[in-house]
Amino acid sequence: MAKKLNIKDKYRLLTRDLDWEYSYVDKKDAFPFEEFEGIKITDWSKWEDPFRLTMDSYWKYQAEKEKKLYAIFDAFSQNHGHLNVSDPRYVNALKLFLTGVSPLEYQAYQGFAHVGRQFGGVGARVACQMQAIDELRHVQTQIHAMSHYNKYFDGFQDYSHMHDRVWYLSVPKSFFNDARAAGPFEFMVAIGFSFEYVLTNLLFVPFMSGAAHNGDMATVTFGFSAQSDEARHMTLGLEVIKFLLEQHEDNVPIVQKWIDKWFWRGTRLLTLVAMMMDYMLPNKVMSWKEAWEVYFEEAGGALFKDLARYGIKMPKYAETIEKEKEHVSHQAWWIFYTHGHAAGFHTWIPSDEELDWLSEKYPDTFDKYYRPRWELAKEMEAKGERFYTKALPQLCTTCQIPMGFTEMDDPTQVCYRDSVYNGDRYHFCSDGCKEIFDDEPEKYVQSWLPVHQIFQGNCGGPDVENVLSDFYRMNLGEDNMDMKGSPDEKRWKQWKGVA
Amino acid sequence: MPIHAITPEYKGEVLDKFENFNGNQVVYVGWDHHLMFCAAFAYPLPPEMLFRTLLDDVIPEAFSLHPEFSKINWDKAEWLLDGQPFIPQLNASLIDQGIGHKSLLRFQTPELKGVQEAGI
Amino acid sequence: MSKVYIALQDNDESRYIVEAIEEDNPEATVIHMPAMIRIEMEGRLTVLKETVEEKMGRDWDIQELHLNLITLGGNVEEDDDSLSLHWNE
Repeated sequence: MAKKLNIKDKYRLLTRDLDWEYSYVDKKDAFPFEEFEGIKITDWSKWEDPFRLTMDSYWKYQAEKEKKLYAIFDAFSQNHGHLNVSDPRYVNALKLFLTGVSPLEYQAYQGFAHVGRQFGGVGARVACQMQAIDELRHVQTQIHAMSHYNKYFDGFQDYSHMHDRVWYLSVPKSFFNDARAAGPFEFMVAIGFSFEYVLTNLLFVPFMSGAAHNGDMATVTFGFSAQSDEARHMTLGLEVIKFLLEQHEDNVPIVQKWIDKWFWRGTRLLTLVAMMMDYMLPNKVMSWKEAWEVYFEEAGGALFKDLARYGIKMPKYAETIEKEKEHVSHQAWWIFYTHGHAAGFHTWIPSDEELDWLSEKYPDTFDKYYRPRWELAKEMEAKGERFYTKALPQLCTTCQIPMGFTEMDDPTQVCYRDSVYNGDRYHFCSDGCKEIFDDEPEKYVQSWLPVHQIFQGNCGGPDVENVLSDFYRMNLGEDNMDMKGSPDEKRWKQWKGVA
Repeated sequence: MPIHAITPEYKGEVLDKFENFNGNQVVYVGWDHHLMFCAAFAYPLPPEMLFRTLLDDVIPEAFSLHPEFSKINWDKAEWLLDGQPFIPQLNASLIDQGIGHKSLLRFQTPELKGVQEAGI
Repeated sequence: MSKVYIALQDNDESRYIVEAIEEDNPEATVIHMPAMIRIEMEGRLTVLKETVEEKMGRDWDIQELHLNLITLGGNVEEDDDSLSLHWNE
């Protein structure tokens, strides 16, 4: 019997040996994107994939993951699993997930398929190819999982159309567009490292644990199944960084700048997850602040200590980011609550128990700055005047989030920053977003800011209602407005036999 | 370098240039230390609009939901235009007093502390 | 010193993997959360194929870890017999 190959030999044969020398074309023409970012690669053979996963094992393990996953989807659906969630409000987190996050998986697939073609080293190409296929699997399994909810709840029907158009979904969409429009190495630092290594943990680990805690068998299963690929992606992200830093010292400042940019972009994007954790999970696992401390401060801190030997420092604005954990989830949910008429999911005032939980988890900020907002909202609701804001908000040119973030040392004052470029003024929510614009204004003058697009007449109209119903394809009165009195709530009560 | 692109001399299309707004300019208005409104509001307005019209016809619709709005003494309100102290002229047009496309106007009412005096 | 960590889905296979990790890394802290088990420790955390096989009572390929893995933190070193995590400090 032939001896079984060990992992190292198998990896050498099934990955490295797939490459060949180019006799018929100049290598620069074969990989035209490799140099313009200023990154210097002297020896691709130094690339290491610690998992040494080869395509044959990849298919074997992925097939096994899929079999497990779909068995659970079947069981979930056959047993009317949607009736077991803790509270129908929970389902709104899934609506935001399907419209805001799942399409990013597809963008990640497109991004990794692209860079997987553009790298001169075969090890990196194969790793990116696997990741591209993983990302495609993630978007597919998420759509499958949530198709069950689409049968019973509003707001799931047009996620892909909405992702391309709805005002708050331009936040995640433009984040990935930014990364994909960059060169291949910046994409890897943006998505492979900054996003996958540190930030997706915050989305897929505590949030998915929260899904389990709220009785959502389908979501926790796709979440952890996706995350089982993520562990490999994280390792790829870390290897990319180490590889770039070891290849040439000139790469260090370029990589540092990308880290600064993408950690800031990422923290802004994760504001959506922050409010999902603190406000949209009826049964709580941990607060956003706690999750941030475990997965960003502790894990990220260890990571940056490790990278210090290359001269890499903690991302710029880490100190601002540390202060923001006390505030951003509350500021974000207030943005959505007050724009509940224009959201494709329901919003609500936290229950008294939830308000108390928030006070306990945020002793330094919640009662002082945020509880009074909810008391005001309650008073207005009691008068039959549920608060919906009546004009459109100013947006940040870079992150595209309404300019609702405050100065972190003065949490009752909105943080305003601006830059003038070629005679036009541009506005930003933070120093981080301003600096990103200032570094590449020709990129961000192209920001498709939903509020401005509405004013330009590019989103139908004439009224905001027409934009919501015709351009966004929201079913008004069903998908939007408060949870109280929604068709979702009525159906839930019928199913549960409560008045 | 205004962008790190593979294409030499790459220029982005300015999506929010004044010409794209059908004759209007965008003006943002925010009320400092009043976070009932999560962000400043954006308005598409004719550059020739008088400041008085902005104050009387535009601002109240959204801002008047605030319980302190009716208590504002506009004679004492302090203004910032694009971060600089500014004294509005009620009967002059926006553009003639320097309120241009994508200008940010902030007003401050130091005697009004917001809901529960919490800056809301 | 920084902590490395590994999180596994809370299921029947992971139970044996966790037992093996605990045995081989007595300093490790095991944290149970809804649907997942997080293990963290300072220094180097190692998963040994031999110990996992002993707990499971069957052959186990180190790459099967991927089936139940949720996340990890640290530099990964893997060969046919083990997987380990560490930070360089």
